Amino acid sequence: MALALQTFATVKDANVALKAAGTRYLGGGTLVVRAANEGNISVSGLVRSTDPALSAITVTGGKVRIGASVTMAAIARHPDLGTLARAARAVGGPAIRNMATVGGNLFAPAPYGDFAVALLALGATVSTDDGETPIETFLAKRDGSRAIVTSVGFTLPKVGDFRFLKVSRVKPKGISVLSIAAMLEQAGDGTVSSARIALGCMADRPMRAKAAEKALLGRRLDQDGIAPVLAAAGEGTAPITDPIASAWYRAEVLPVHLRRLLLS
Amino acid sequence: MAKVPVQFTLNGSEKAEFIESGTTLLNALRDKIGDTSPKGGCHQGTCGACSVIIDGELRLSCLTLAETCNGAAISTTSGLSEGGVLHPLQRAFLDTFATQCGFCTPGMIMAARVLLDHTPNPSREEVVEALSGNICRCTGYEPIIQAVLLAARSNSQNAA
Ligand code: FES
Ligand code: FES
Repeated sequence: MALALQTFATVKDANVALKAAGTRYLGGGTLVVRAANEGNISVSGLVRSTDPALSAITVTGGKVRIGASVTMAAIARHPDLGTLARAARAVGGPAIRNMATVGGNLFAPAPYGDFAVALLALGATVSTDDGETPIETFLAKRDGSRAIVTSVGFTLPKVGDFRFLKVSRVKPKGISVLSIAAMLEQAGDGTVSSARIALGCMADRPMRAKAAEKALLGRRLDQDGIAPVLAAAGEGTAPITDPIASAWYRAEVLPVHLRRLLLS
Repeated sequence: MAKVPVQFTLNGSEKAEFIESGTTLLNALRDKIGDTSPKGGCHQGTCGACSVIIDGELRLSCLTLAETCNGAAISTTSGLSEGGVLHPLQRAFLDTFATQCGFCTPGMIMAARVLLDHTPNPSREEVVEALSGNICRCTGYEPIIQAVLLAARSNSQNAA
């Protein structure tokens, strides 16, 4: 079934149109057009905005702001965002990366949304016309969210502080078995002084591995140091079961891959 | 439902049509404009059979709404041959037996073309990466990888 698309120059006008029942925001199309193609009849109209601010990336004084319409390909090739290129390239194949947007990734249900996992580890904030929300709060409430996401913001991690890993069965590109992102800072003696670890596919949306984060504080990134972290990795997770992997399998392999990420 | 105008260039020639709002580019190309080279495999963004080039970038026409392409330059595999002479990529696909049922081929060729436009002498890894969003259920991929490498070699020989 065809859907009426309404295009607006400003986010403000698009937000008004999005109040109508059955309307969804059209970003890159990889979620919402797919849903329509699959016959999801809850979508009866599409709204988009061509506001150029939505497509801008700004990096000033270590602070990054990425417009919601910026694609994974644009992030992967941006000269100042090299630390995030791996996470951006983890999304889909080349065509999908030319379409999939940062804003859309925040709404992608598991097993998708690998870049949102990275944003969660970075402690990003999500902006709408109503203001800024910490990404954790945003993800928790995203099902009821109606205001158009305009950008995400975060502090650019130092090289080596940010790590990302995606596990898939098909090489070089496949859907996630799971993904892990970690933002780790180490004190002068090599012990971990702060840790944010985010997991993909270990719940219906990206989640923090808070028990593992806590267990990592004050520990060294070596075999002995991370042992209690791996033991705590699964705490609070509720992995999905899908054609890629069962919840049991995801739970079994999570410590294996977390170990690889932390020792890498 | 009210129809909306769409206007773009397809393989260098102007196209203008009235379509139902929300029509995918894949359906507009195949059903309205008559270019059946992009194929509808999954309509979910999974198979890559519908890949086309929009303003120099590889995109999936099954997930792109036609009316968002107003003013764009679109290329499909049907525009590759000139005066009955096959494009080097098409020639290479035949020569390496990289096409069997042929369903994935137009999408594979579009993905390969974007690669060669930016990287005329790609490594094998770069070819594999460029084709990573395209599924083939017949060939086992190896002949397709060889075809792209062969086309790159024959391009550079022609340029020499
Ligand atoms: S038909 Fe578009 S990706 Fe399969
Ligand atoms: S040749 Fe049949 S799917 Fe590739």
